[in-house]
Amino acid sequence: MSSDSEKPAAEAKPEEKTTPPKPAPKPAAKAEEKPVELPAFEKGISDKLIEKFGDKIEVDFVKEDRVGIKASKESVHDVAQFIRDDLHYDHAESVTGVDFPADNEIEVVYHLGSYTESSLARQVLTLSTRAPRESTPIPGQDSTKLPSLRDIFYSVEFGEREVFEMLGVYFDGHPDNRRLLLPEDWADLPPLRKDFAIKGR
Amino acid sequence: MTMTDIMPPGLALKKVDERIMTLNVGPQHPGSGHMRIVVQIDGDYIVACDPDPGYVHRGEEKMAEYRNYITNVPHLERPVIHDSCNVLYPYVLGAEEILGIEVPERAKYVRVICSELNRCIYTMYWLAIYGIFLGHSTMFMWPAGDRELLIDLMEKVSGARVTHAHFIPGGVRNDLPANFEDVCLRQVNYFEKRIKEYAAVFYDNPILISRTQDTGVLSRENAIRYGTTGSVLRASGVDYDLRVKAPYDVYDELDVHTNVMKEGDSYARSKVPWLDMMESCNIIRQALQKMPKSGSVRTKLKPNPKTKGPATVYKRVESGRGSLGCYIVSDGKTEPYRVKMSVPSFRNLLAMPNLLIGEKLGNMPSVYWSLNYWPVEADR
Repeated sequence: MSSDSEKPAAEAKPEEKTTPPKPAPKPAAKAEEKPVELPAFEKGISDKLIEKFGDKIEVDFVKEDRVGIKASKESVHDVAQFIRDDLHYDHAESVTGVDFPADNEIEVVYHLGSYTESSLARQVLTLSTRAPRESTPIPGQDSTKLPSLRDIFYSVEFGEREVFEMLGVYFDGHPDNRRLLLPEDWADLPPLRKDFAIKGR
Repeated sequence: MTMTDIMPPGLALKKVDERIMTLNVGPQHPGSGHMRIVVQIDGDYIVACDPDPGYVHRGEEKMAEYRNYITNVPHLERPVIHDSCNVLYPYVLGAEEILGIEVPERAKYVRVICSELNRCIYTMYWLAIYGIFLGHSTMFMWPAGDRELLIDLMEKVSGARVTHAHFIPGGVRNDLPANFEDVCLRQVNYFEKRIKEYAAVFYDNPILISRTQDTGVLSRENAIRYGTTGSVLRASGVDYDLRVKAPYDVYDELDVHTNVMKEGDSYARSKVPWLDMMESCNIIRQALQKMPKSGSVRTKLKPNPKTKGPATVYKRVESGRGSLGCYIVSDGKTEPYRVKMSVPSFRNLLAMPNLLIGEKLGNMPSVYWSLNYWPVEADR
């Protein structure tokens, strides 16, 4: 067991999106990785999620103190509900938008943590989902929309407002979609999109 | 959705209510920092509150996408210049993982010492402002003067009084100067003796207690629900400090005590940072003792270092205001693809409107500044 543990462990550690599209081979690969050096506690968390949601979600990475989950925009609300009620993550540390013009998508990443469950104190769960991206955005009125997680994690309120103004992702169900940091007369592209360029750079 | 929906508060047209008055506190008001708080008052009581940050937004995250991992260092510390080592810390930890570099053992201890010194420098500044907010001008003069002790130490280490740019991927910029251990120990011991005297003039002062006790009470449940962090969280009875719960660098080799208070009012929130400063003095003394006496403090990098390939990292440290995270997405190029700073001030801001409702307008400064809120950091 320890002799052939080298290769899968090396494959698991650098993680990331080197192999994103694998809906079917994933469970098979998981079965092989199981005896290997994936951190057991973090593996348990991702296993619970896989057991509940199956192929609706995709495990992005499992490493020490970090679990990364990718969910589609349809299922992200249910996944978040499960994470809060059954896995006992109780607050969001940050909401990040990342623009991927090559994929024509914008990724929204929630970093979730827990204060109440002492075994989760070291853990950060990364829940990411993607919204379609439009090349000429009309923030709030185009297809770049995601369900808001504010009714599950109250602490995402200002984070989602910031993502809306900085990347133009409208959150359906958010009670307050006003601007937060940008000036009120801002009429340009959402500034954290990749096609908004800084002058002279 | 119409244009008025995305307008900031105060600019949208509203029906005038004869009873409710809308008051703009800030952005130039000395009682608000660089932000605006739109409060609606009924007589003397606040009935609605809407914080409007963004007046010092500098686009740090956008700028970070145009610079490589080393040239990002001097500008990413700008959000809190008094706490610049801690603000930079998670970015540096993340960059080290992406670039795949090891840090020498001595550098880790130097980082801990600088980080704790910065925590005290920041907290003293914050405390000075809190004193003057409450009309206690002695409490403005004393911390503002005593923090010079530690600023002098940091000046010896890095050459700059604030904005040290001392932490870099691979270690710290310079080794400690000769004889630093003795000077540091002497200054820190005197500093600790000095801040203990604040109890008599400030924390045991009946006027201060009557102004801050039972104002802006944040319950344990709500502190967790709002996702608050740092001293705000610990003042509401949650025992959570990253230096203990998820130690980074060499904090796991040091004995760190977490200060927790149960009350959750402004008084507790103002006292926890003060207790934390004494804990910082303890940590500095331990680190000075355990630190390797010689050795390298920096793994040299090329000017434009290459990454190991696409990666995402999320690192967090305990800063002077709470847990500070940095999420870096790398696509394998020499510049980061995206840098997100998850700052404690931004997280604690969510508690403000909920705490101020029902308070008297006169209590607003004591509640607002007790949230350990730094406007420039929240805006980035």
